[in-house]
Amino acid sequence: MYCTLGRITSSLQCVALYLRPVRHRCGVYVGPHVVENRGGQNITRHRKKHTSSLSQSQTPHHHNPKVPQTPTWECVREDQLPLPTKVPPDLVDKLERLALLDFRNQDGVDCLEKAIRFADQLHVVNTDGVEPMASVLEDRTLYLRDDRIEEGDCAEQLLGLARNTLEGYYVAPPGNIPLPERDEREVLLKYSEM
Amino acid sequence: MLYPPFRDVHRHGNDCDVVMNEHHSAPPAGKPKGPLDGIPFSVKDNFCTESMETTCASRMLKGYRPPYTATVVQKLLDQGAVLIGKTNLDEFAMGSGSTDGVFGPVQNPWSYSVQYRERAGADAGWTIAGGSSGGSAVAVAAQTSFFALGSDTGGSTRNPGALCGVVALKPTYGLLSRHGLIPLVNSMDVPGILTRSASDAATVLGVLQGLDKKDSTTIPPPATPTHLPEEIDVRKIRIGIPREYHAPGLSAETLSQWTRVADLFEREGASVEPVSLPHTQHSIVCYHVLCTAEVASNMARFDGLEYGHRSALEDSTEALYAATRHEAFNDVVRRRILAGNFFLLKRNYELYFMKAQKVRRLIAQDFARVFHGGVDVLLTPTTLTDAAPYRQFIQEDNRTRSTQEDVFTQPANMAGLPAVTVPTALSSRGLPIGLQLIGPALHDTRLLALAAWLQKRLCFPRLELAGTWAEPGDVGVAPGLQGALQGHT
Repeated sequence: MYCTLGRITSSLQCVALYLRPVRHRCGVYVGPHVVENRGGQNITRHRKKHTSSLSQSQTPHHHNPKVPQTPTWECVREDQLPLPTKVPPDLVDKLERLALLDFRNQDGVDCLEKAIRFADQLHVVNTDGVEPMASVLEDRTLYLRDDRIEEGDCAEQLLGLARNTLEGYYVAPPGNIPLPERDEREVLLKYSEM
Repeated sequence: MLYPPFRDVHRHGNDCDVVMNEHHSAPPAGKPKGPLDGIPFSVKDNFCTESMETTCASRMLKGYRPPYTATVVQKLLDQGAVLIGKTNLDEFAMGSGSTDGVFGPVQNPWSYSVQYRERAGADAGWTIAGGSSGGSAVAVAAQTSFFALGSDTGGSTRNPGALCGVVALKPTYGLLSRHGLIPLVNSMDVPGILTRSASDAATVLGVLQGLDKKDSTTIPPPATPTHLPEEIDVRKIRIGIPREYHAPGLSAETLSQWTRVADLFEREGASVEPVSLPHTQHSIVCYHVLCTAEVASNMARFDGLEYGHRSALEDSTEALYAATRHEAFNDVVRRRILAGNFFLLKRNYELYFMKAQKVRRLIAQDFARVFHGGVDVLLTPTTLTDAAPYRQFIQEDNRTRSTQEDVFTQPANMAGLPAVTVPTALSSRGLPIGLQLIGPALHDTRLLALAAWLQKRLCFPRLELAGTWAEPGDVGVAPGLQGALQGHT
């Protein structure tokens, strides 16, 4: 039922799309900016530029009714998605501590917000009663080898890969010192770049 | 030593000379070691090669010389194949253009071809090679290697394969060992094989597949031999055309080729039928979440202590880790890690990560339903369009491009199925268009047999570059590696 309605809706919307070649009003998937027309427009314009050098007359025309001749994807509307997620400064700080990576600048945060918005589309999929799938090999028994030592004695070789070792130990700076606050971190990292 | 003008091979100096000399110092007496004895190949630079620098095109691993060799590479070396270099890629295999590595972007040799210059005009800039295994695809397309290894997590072997006009196989998950392949997404990564003909891909597959006790996610290979039959009878084959694979943005020319090949199959007696994989459009979203989550976990190992880049900042362990990662990861890697960490937060775990895992099951079930219904193989486009000019490609960020370029390829990774891209035709700009065949798990050989059948009939043209390229026949071809040097049609 859902699929039939979806197909009718999508073909209508696809017709609408072709009447208005530049703007994707309904937020049909064209890339990550599902519901942002500005992003959709940018992508459309690039595609048009990309294909403008194609000579229409050189495109051979093949016809097979079994191959769908128009896009079949269904629109994802704004009202189907949860509210857009904003990433506030304290969450930025938390993620930077967890990942031990910095966002560098506001662009990085904006990028994350767009990534979250893109991922929000998952919520339109009905997964009631569906078990999560961690691996495609879930119905197989993992191969286990015999518990027998077959290799080793490579400590010297492995330690040789590290920049700082001492008498068979990896050398690390003192632990148990929390990462500095964000402002101080920024200064530190700028310094480390130089 | 062939000079690589396309920045495809970035390690062809002393290390490879050593490998070459070792191989050639004792000329083989008697029988060859196998079908690949003496055959030059290259390997994407995210496969570990003992004592040979392995960088993943990242500052993080510049100078890193692994203490071991990846299983699939070792198998090839044991056969007597000659490793001529490590190929360029997107940093840590994250990307779909091979434009974001520390060695610079990979250029598609087809955009230097006579065909492209004639049709696209003298001002047309060079185009991307696709990614993230762009270097490997170029190495094969430009004939600096007979075959190459790539990796395929969301299409990273098939995408550049299609854009560079070569055969690219993503094997069934678990068929080839991942030991030594620096992991991106453990539940989806596979080593990929790039060749100019499907029969060569079958030869390489036969050498590489098999259980590996160093990779517990390997599965026993099927009992059937990988040697392709002379000709497959397509009258017994049922081809499915999934309607959801006409995604927005599919170019008219790719659509036309898709239709042309469906016609071809039908004319030759195959049964061609439309099928539905209803969750396809959500697959890319699902992939995005699972990929970033697993990446966040896998990239945690790079802290500067045991190997790789180490910052000079020694205030504390945490500061060292943060500074090391700040200095050595590019924006693409950084952003994926941060996104992954977001999705894995306690408050988001169920909403995003577990949800994505459930959607993954739905996608795998879509395929299972179609194959259990009797369809033997699915025919789909590989990419939305032919290769974009570099100047245009970089106008959108890496993540945006990946969500566009990986649309048709990543569902096979989600379901662990084999898929192969077959060079089909040149676009009106003189650039390759490829089509993809997806099969049920462990039916890799049948997939390649169909690919070979198609190649014979599609007459895909040879790359014509002005200048100094060896003509077929100048270099000897080992028995068993048919079709590698001939301008295959």
